[in-house]
Amino acid sequence: MAEIQQSGGDEGGKKRAKKGSTKVDMTPMVDLGFLLLTFFVMTTTLAKPQIMEINMPVKPKDRQEQNELKASNAFTVLLGGDNRIFYYRGLHQPNMNIIPQVEESNWSGKGIRQVVLDATRANPNLVVLIKADETSSYKNLVDILDEMSITNTQKYAVVELDNADATLLRTAEKGGGAQ
Amino acid sequence: MPKVKVHRTSPSLDMTPMVDLAFLLVTFFMLISKFAPEEALVVDTPSATTEIKAPDANVITISIGTDERVFFGVDDKNTKLRLIDKISEKYGVGFTQPEKEVFASLASFGVPISQLKSYLALKPEDQKKVNQPGIPIDSTRNELGDWVQLARYSNPQSIVAIKGDQKAGYPVAGRVIEILQEKNVNRFNLVTDMEVKPVIK
Repeated sequence: MAEIQQSGGDEGGKKRAKKGSTKVDMTPMVDLGFLLLTFFVMTTTLAKPQIMEINMPVKPKDRQEQNELKASNAFTVLLGGDNRIFYYRGLHQPNMNIIPQVEESNWSGKGIRQVVLDATRANPNLVVLIKADETSSYKNLVDILDEMSITNTQKYAVVELDNADATLLRTAEKGGGAQ
Repeated sequence: MPKVKVHRTSPSLDMTPMVDLAFLLVTFFMLISKFAPEEALVVDTPSATTEIKAPDANVITISIGTDERVFFGVDDKNTKLRLIDKISEKYGVGFTQPEKEVFASLASFGVPISQLKSYLALKPEDQKKVNQPGIPIDSTRNELGDWVQLARYSNPQSIVAIKGDQKAGYPVAGRVIEILQEKNVNRFNLVTDMEVKPVIK
């Protein structure tokens, strides 16, 4: 491209054109080219971050607007400290002396994912309530929301952990994950 | 005996294809690249299997660091100019035109509004040295809520993204989500890294 081949002596005259080399030394250009290339490769951000969409329920103005959740449709996931995860079926109503059986799970594919998958297959109307404790990390929250999308769970909500559930979680954590 | 002529090949090789390729790549990267804005807060986001890409424009980013500091950023320059006017009106802090310009160039920041004016007055190299305390999120001084609300007024098309560090505790993230809900932002996004989606049976 840059080496322009000159077929000298077309003018017909005997006067010989000076046959200097027409080759251009391209080394500086190459240097510059690769310098720019390196610069752009280093500064560019190719991968755009992924995002996860979540929709929170609109905060109801008063309790009347809230729908009662049937105990048979409830499934609660508790996020504890040290990446621990617990779950129980049904509702926790201490004033009616209904204390559910809390079970421990883990983050592997056979852990909470399988449990949620089985539960939602058995009951499509199941609502998964996610309650994160103060000791849990943001990563756990993203992970559990991700499990919801992996298992294709449609109905789930991030709910505040109340005192009753907090005590339930504390005892479960101390019990070393009682079966 | 005739002299054996050693055929002398020129040691300079033809670099044309290499140059072509190099400049092709330069052009490619020049066109494709969008410079990564300088982040005031380094955030290591958790990974998730979601496949939705972050939108290009109109994003309000709330960053949560490992040390529980909360930073706020708006990507659009015009939105930021409108936002700073609204903030100065609401909080009674007057900003000069150069300060507004500096604000419009910030990718994200984490200073309370009371310190914002002095922060904007600093030179850019001094701004980097300042240890920004984060935006107050407690209920008595809920400045993050105002930032989000006024940013949404400044640009109604904007979407809110939370960019939390995976080591950040849940309480701060939960509080940020609560603030968003208070401001009627019930649809928002969590910024994550890529992860391979597992096959489920």
